[in-house]
Amino acid sequence: MLTTALACAAALLALAAFAAMFARQPWATQVVYAACLVIAAISLVAGATHLLASTASENLVLPLGVPWLGAHFRLDALSAFFLLVVELGAAAASLFALGYGRHEEAPQRVLPFYSAFLAGMTLVVLADDAFTFLLSWEFMSLTSWALVVSHYRVADNVRAGYVYLVMASFGTLALLLAFGLLAGPEGHYAFAQMRATHPSATLGALALCLALIGAGSKAGIVPLHVWLPLAHPAAPSHVSALMSGVMTKAAVYGFMRIVLDLAGTPAWWWSVVVLALGGMTAVMGVLYALMQHDLKRLLAYHTVENIGIIFIGLGLSLAFEAYGMHSAAALALTAALLHVFNHSLFKSLLFFGAGAVLTATGERDMEHLGGLIHRMPQTAFVFLVGCAAISALPPLNGFVSEWMTFQAILLSPQLPSWGLKLLVPAVGALLALSAALAAACFVKAYGVTFLGRPRTRRAEAAVETDRCSLAAMAVLALLCLLAGILPGLFIDALAPVSSALLGARMPEQMGAQWLAIVPIAASRSSYDGLLVFAFIVISGTLAALAIHRLASDRWRRAPAWDCGYPDANPAAQYTAMSFAQPIRRVFGSVVFLARETGEMPPPGDTRPARLRVELVDPAWDWLYAPLAEAVSATADRLNRLQFLTIRQYLSLVFCALVALLLVLAIWS
Amino acid sequence: MVLIGDFLIQGAQMLLVLLLAPLFTGFVRKVKARLLLRQGPPIIQPYLDLVRLTRKDVVLADSASWLFRVIPYLVFAATWVAASLVPTFRTGLLFSWSADLIAIIALLGSARFFLALAGLDVGTSFGGIGSSREVMIASLAEPAMIMVVFTLALIAGSTQLSTVAEFMASPQVGLRVSLGMALIGLVMVAIAENGRVPIDNPATHLELTMVHEAMVLEYSGRHLALIELSSSLKLILYVSLLACLFVPWGIEAAGAALPTLAIGIGAYIGKLAAGGFLLALFETSIAKMRVFRVPEFLGVALMFGLLATLLRFVSGSF
Repeated sequence: MLTTALACAAALLALAAFAAMFARQPWATQVVYAACLVIAAISLVAGATHLLASTASENLVLPLGVPWLGAHFRLDALSAFFLLVVELGAAAASLFALGYGRHEEAPQRVLPFYSAFLAGMTLVVLADDAFTFLLSWEFMSLTSWALVVSHYRVADNVRAGYVYLVMASFGTLALLLAFGLLAGPEGHYAFAQMRATHPSATLGALALCLALIGAGSKAGIVPLHVWLPLAHPAAPSHVSALMSGVMTKAAVYGFMRIVLDLAGTPAWWWSVVVLALGGMTAVMGVLYALMQHDLKRLLAYHTVENIGIIFIGLGLSLAFEAYGMHSAAALALTAALLHVFNHSLFKSLLFFGAGAVLTATGERDMEHLGGLIHRMPQTAFVFLVGCAAISALPPLNGFVSEWMTFQAILLSPQLPSWGLKLLVPAVGALLALSAALAAACFVKAYGVTFLGRPRTRRAEAAVETDRCSLAAMAVLALLCLLAGILPGLFIDALAPVSSALLGARMPEQMGAQWLAIVPIAASRSSYDGLLVFAFIVISGTLAALAIHRLASDRWRRAPAWDCGYPDANPAAQYTAMSFAQPIRRVFGSVVFLARETGEMPPPGDTRPARLRVELVDPAWDWLYAPLAEAVSATADRLNRLQFLTIRQYLSLVFCALVALLLVLAIWS
Repeated sequence: MVLIGDFLIQGAQMLLVLLLAPLFTGFVRKVKARLLLRQGPPIIQPYLDLVRLTRKDVVLADSASWLFRVIPYLVFAATWVAASLVPTFRTGLLFSWSADLIAIIALLGSARFFLALAGLDVGTSFGGIGSSREVMIASLAEPAMIMVVFTLALIAGSTQLSTVAEFMASPQVGLRVSLGMALIGLVMVAIAENGRVPIDNPATHLELTMVHEAMVLEYSGRHLALIELSSSLKLILYVSLLACLFVPWGIEAAGAALPTLAIGIGAYIGKLAAGGFLLALFETSIAKMRVFRVPEFLGVALMFGLLATLLRFVSGSF
């Protein structure tokens, strides 16, 4: 299976070269995306086979890269799961792009990088030594950067690309240092050697912090998330879906590989850091999302929230593992992994929907949309499924993983540490808050974009999107429902991963009565998505039948009632900004220092009244702006070093040499 | 045999809440009217309203979509499923394991999600104001409710509602600080979730302060009937929840013989009457608050829930 996956990655790279040569041909778009779809599907089957058959891990060393090291690759349960997530997202995006890509004005800027980007993500999850991992990681970053700036004439995209590049190189630097620490003075760069040498507690802790910075900045942990809402929406929509739904998962993979696999036994306080960051990320992400009125940016910010939920699960798993509670750790880890899978499904679906809206109307701004459910009924339906799934509504899949995270939280009073006893309930409250706010966020996103009356001509003239795009979205929506009503199937498939990482797994689920899931014991908690779904369908249908048969089934159309004062002007509807106003006032006034100033013209003046909303972005204004200032001030100071004489340069080099030798002498 | 009996009891429970829900709403209205020295409509008025509404034509706004017509059925189904999973007169319901307390809350969340979408569907300003306020209230009420659930789950060692109710009925519970806090929190959440005074006024129309009524303003005929029935169901769900968790006396354990079920049903109806009377008394003695005082009210509920959970995390004896 490993060779199949590597062959697929190589095929994608070859395809990238092919696309670079022929991208300008009219047939290139279809050929490249169709080839990507086929290759991703093959790779997907390879990953799924490995995971479901739970075979032993496969290793392969190729004579590439650093001469004495070679390129190590490995397919174990963890990488097989993430390979599945990556390739599923890639296949769906390629299918979507078969339709969506036809509207691309400059395919030569997208096609080569697209298949190279897929290859990069595949190689990240397969790499088994630090050099190959970092090389693939950088390759993934650079190709996705090229996709972000593919529409380079838009000034915002260029800025997004710049911020992304800075953050990505910073993150890779942190990862490089983390691997350097784990490799030790002998330079054991292969993961197998790192695993064999158990690092000391201090080294492990340092590696954790660096992994949090390195992988966390790629995943979008607050406050390292700032590039994400700029870069993800800037790319073409199928790439946005890949970046948000899949590339962030590759970052989660990097974090898990370093922290759970390579860095040795966790100390209890590791989980404190991860839990606190996860809780903050979840709530801040969704609050940011609620303040947006650009559909794709809202979705990108919402990715930040979901990454927070995943990290809460990982943090709980670390806490349980530190105290040797292996079955609880397996529950928390499975919850996090299931959320990884679920999020890759519904976030890709939602970005595809946003892409379909963008093609149909040319608009990303929700304030210019509305009423699309009449023009694009099928897109509206699948987008609704995605919204319900991401809002953690039963019986869809988002609810299952959040429910399992809650169950893991309810096990944590048994943790002996006081810090965790106080932190975990607070994190639970943050998780509950973020779930409730997510529902509010998607009522807004769906209600303003698809419901109501069209706010502009372009929204009025929208037409339904093409078949390929619809097929991609329908497949993902179906998977959302399937993972929601048969969660046991997916939980059992994850068992090899937690067995490999923690030495424990959740109990077998498919044997439970009526396909319910029972994380710990039947008397403690259980949930049956299938039955809940069946009950809802049956009682809704019964109610409809009974009322239509026994009472009345007539209906007629009339103007809206609106308490007797209907306003024909569509601008009188609620907008995204006004919908979020109560929440902005309650939460935003604290978090973003939101201020509203109304400007009322005096009587007789015919100017319209204006309401201005000012928000402070705490991450930019309090962290990055001072940091950028400090960097440029330091650069100004150091500018003098450019104009020294040769003697001064030589003495600088000499001093550096002496200092390094001194350090070495003291160190050993 | 046992399975058939269980099926019958589950079915009886589903029908019981469905049939009692309008009666309970009518009862609360009647008591409120009497407390205000008014005659009030007859106690069966909600049934008459439902019958009248289902017979009328549905008048759909021109801009309403297919979703607008589906939502009443979805909301009703989700609320009914949630309500039929709360033990009323007997614990150990046949399907109680299919959704625990967290799932019941999430089911109500689904109903609210779709109702808020319905408020936005026609594209009127009243619908929008109702939806946006509803989600603001929910964004605080839901976490408060989850924290209350955490407290109860930690006390009973389960999130399974039947197990929790049985544990609460057993003598090993006793008086606990965390239980008291959870009770206060749950009552506050119940008031907010059902749109009762002082959060919202279920009896007003044409006022800028209204939330739930503004959201469903465009509904008519059988759709409106279903939505009214769903809100009655939601009210009876919360009262049943409070009854089975905090006043568990008289509730029958799983496997009780048929004659004792009569006692269970009698006790349940008695609890409903007491709950309805207290609700009416509370509503008549308090004024509605401004909409932006609601976050403070719910913030208190959230703090109670969080504090109770923290106490349970710190020590098992609270």
